[in-house]
Amino acid sequence: MDLGPHAFYIWTSYGVVFALLVVIIFWLIYDGHRLARIYKDLEERGVTRRSSKASSPKDRG
Amino acid sequence: MNTQSITQKLANPTRFMSLSGAILPWLSVLAALVLTYGLYLSFFESPPDYQQGETVRIMFIHVPSAWLATMVYALIAISSFGLLVFRHPLADVSAKAAAPLGAAFTFLALVTGSMWGKPMWGTYWVWDARLTSVLILFFLYLGLIALRSSFEDETLAAKLTAILALVGVAILPVIKFSVEWWNTLHQPSTGLTSSVHLDIRIPLLVMALAFTLMFFAMHLKAMRNEIMRRRIKAMQRARVDRVGASSVASAESSS
Repeated sequence: MDLGPHAFYIWTSYGVVFALLVVIIFWLIYDGHRLARIYKDLEERGVTRRSSKASSPKDRG
Repeated sequence: MNTQSITQKLANPTRFMSLSGAILPWLSVLAALVLTYGLYLSFFESPPDYQQGETVRIMFIHVPSAWLATMVYALIAISSFGLLVFRHPLADVSAKAAAPLGAAFTFLALVTGSMWGKPMWGTYWVWDARLTSVLILFFLYLGLIALRSSFEDETLAAKLTAILALVGVAILPVIKFSVEWWNTLHQPSTGLTSSVHLDIRIPLLVMALAFTLMFFAMHLKAMRNEIMRRRIKAMQRARVDRVGASSVASAESSS
């Protein structure tokens, strides 16, 4: 695809946008998995919140 | 009769987790599909602009980023109002989750604007009213994130951040009208009913929709993570309290 003499500016713009969005999306997914693991670990050790009642696995992460 | 409003129903974090867990995969897939279609239109269907040439393609990511930069701040301001006035349990979760996303989109609006400015204006940056007000918005986002993280007490941090967010909302009309109030290099808003040709306007609208859907998917996920973080913190606090109480009890029984 020929984007003319200003191709550098166009590709850099799209590159920065998609790189940052990919980083954010992967970070959110990673953070969700990490928190779900910690939550599960605490639950398995019998730790509960004061107000807790059983929550389904769908409610996590 | 069930008289609860949708807002009241969603005020329950467990219900929110269940509902958002069902919506999130569909929303993510929809955002990805619309984004793919938007990129196809942006690169293969839209013609070069008669004045700006191929660089007009930067507009398809610059305008949605700039739109989200201000929309996300408005969302934070509404959430902050919800926290301070109605004490909605999810309002602070929403505001906290949205701030880094808003900062990211503002950063992208600045970078893509700069990349568009160089070939069109001959410079990456100029201290023009629109550019400067968006830069202030970016610093405001950083201020919200920094202020929240500088307090150990989460309730206090939430309230102070909410107050700053509501004060900072004054920047939104300044950004919007900066191109009319001052002489700026930045072009005025063309709006949706403008003379921009449909071949360019449609890809722009599709990309704006894609970015908005993507933001809401990321925001839902970030809110879910934040709720989990708070639950874990509550569990850890409860465990420390129980350990403390049992050690006091054993110390008392042995003395």
